[in-house]
Amino acid sequence: MPAVNTASLPDIVFMLLFFFMVTTTMRETDLKLENPKLPSATEVQKLEHKSLVSTIYVGKSKDPARHGVGFNRIQLNDKIATAADVPAFIINSRSKVSEAEVPFMTTSIKADKESNVGTIIDIRLKLRDANALKISYSASKAVDN
Amino acid sequence: MARRENPEINAGSMADIAFLLLIFFLVTTTMNVDSGVSKKLSEKPPEDYVPPIIKEKNIFEVNINRNNDLLVEGERMDIKDLKITAMAFIDNGGGEGKIDEGVVTGPCTYCQGERSISSSDHPNKAIISVQSDRGTEYGTYLKVQDELIKAYSVLRDRLSKQRYGISFVELEESYKEDRNNLELKKKVEDIKNSYPEIISDAEPTSN
Repeated sequence: MPAVNTASLPDIVFMLLFFFMVTTTMRETDLKLENPKLPSATEVQKLEHKSLVSTIYVGKSKDPARHGVGFNRIQLNDKIATAADVPAFIINSRSKVSEAEVPFMTTSIKADKESNVGTIIDIRLKLRDANALKISYSASKAVDN
Repeated sequence: MARRENPEINAGSMADIAFLLLIFFLVTTTMNVDSGVSKKLSEKPPEDYVPPIIKEKNIFEVNINRNNDLLVEGERMDIKDLKITAMAFIDNGGGEGKIDEGVVTGPCTYCQGERSISSSDHPNKAIISVQSDRGTEYGTYLKVQDELIKAYSVLRDRLSKQRYGISFVELEESYKEDRNNLELKKKVEDIKNSYPEIISDAEPTSN
C-alpha cells in the first residue's frame, strides 16, 4: 500500500484556521468580576445587533480585598462602579452610535443569580433616569420543565 | 565555506504549525449568543403624576420575600403553580374591558376563564404587580418574571392557534422575516393587544 499523500493537509488545516481566526471575537472588556452564573429562563430572546448592546455586569469581585465580598459589585466597561455611574456609562455608549440608532439600543444586565434584587433595581432606576428603557436580563436558555 | 546549493525547504512541519495555531483559535473561540429576558421599562413619570385608581380585583399581587418565598394574592405558593394561577387571573374575563380613546373593548369574548366577578375584568385591565425585597435573590426574581411571561405566551399561543391556526411564536417569526407584510403585522398586533403583557414592578421593600 502506498503512503497516503498528505501534501494537501496543510491547506485543509489552514482553511480551518482562517475560519476560526475570522470568527473569533476577543473579549473587549476584561472582567473584574467572576464570570456571572446566569440564571436560566425559558422565555429568552436573542439579542440582535451587538453594536447596539451595552452590557452591565453584576456579580462577585475577583479581588475581594479591594472591592469587598458579596455578589453586588457592578462593572461598567472595565471598572468596578456604583449605580450612580450608570447614566454616564449610558450616555457614553450612546455617543458611539449614530443618533438614528439610539432608540434601538438595549442594555443587557448580566447578573449573577445570587446577586440581590436591590442592586438590579438601583440600576434600573438609573437606566430609567437616563431614558434607556430597553433592557434585557441576560439568562441562559432553559429546557421547558 | 562552500556555499551549498539551496535545497527545497522542508514543508513537512507546516501542518504542525498550522495545527498549533488552529488549536489555539479553537480553544479561544467562544460562540456564545447573548440571550435574555427582554423588558421595557416605563418612562419616568412627571413630578405631579397621580397614579390612576385601579380596582383591587384587577391587580394580581406577587410578593417575594428575602428568603425567596412567594406570596401570591396573600397566600403562600410554590413557584411551579405560579403560571397556572396567573393564567387563571389574566384569562378570567369577569367584566368589561377598558375604554381606550373612546373605543370600548367590552367583555372579553375570547377568554376561557371562570368569569368570576372577584377576579380580573379583562386581560387588558389585568395588572400583575411584582414586589420583591431588596435582599431577594436575583435568580428567584427572574424565575418569577419568566413564569409570568410564560403565562402570557401560553394564552397568546392559544388565541393565535384559535384565530389563525398557527402558534404565536411562529406568527411572530414569520413577521420578523417579512416586516413589510401588513397582514401579518395586523395579526401580531391583534394577539398582542388581546393579551397585553402588563407586569409592573412595585417599589421594593427593605428592612
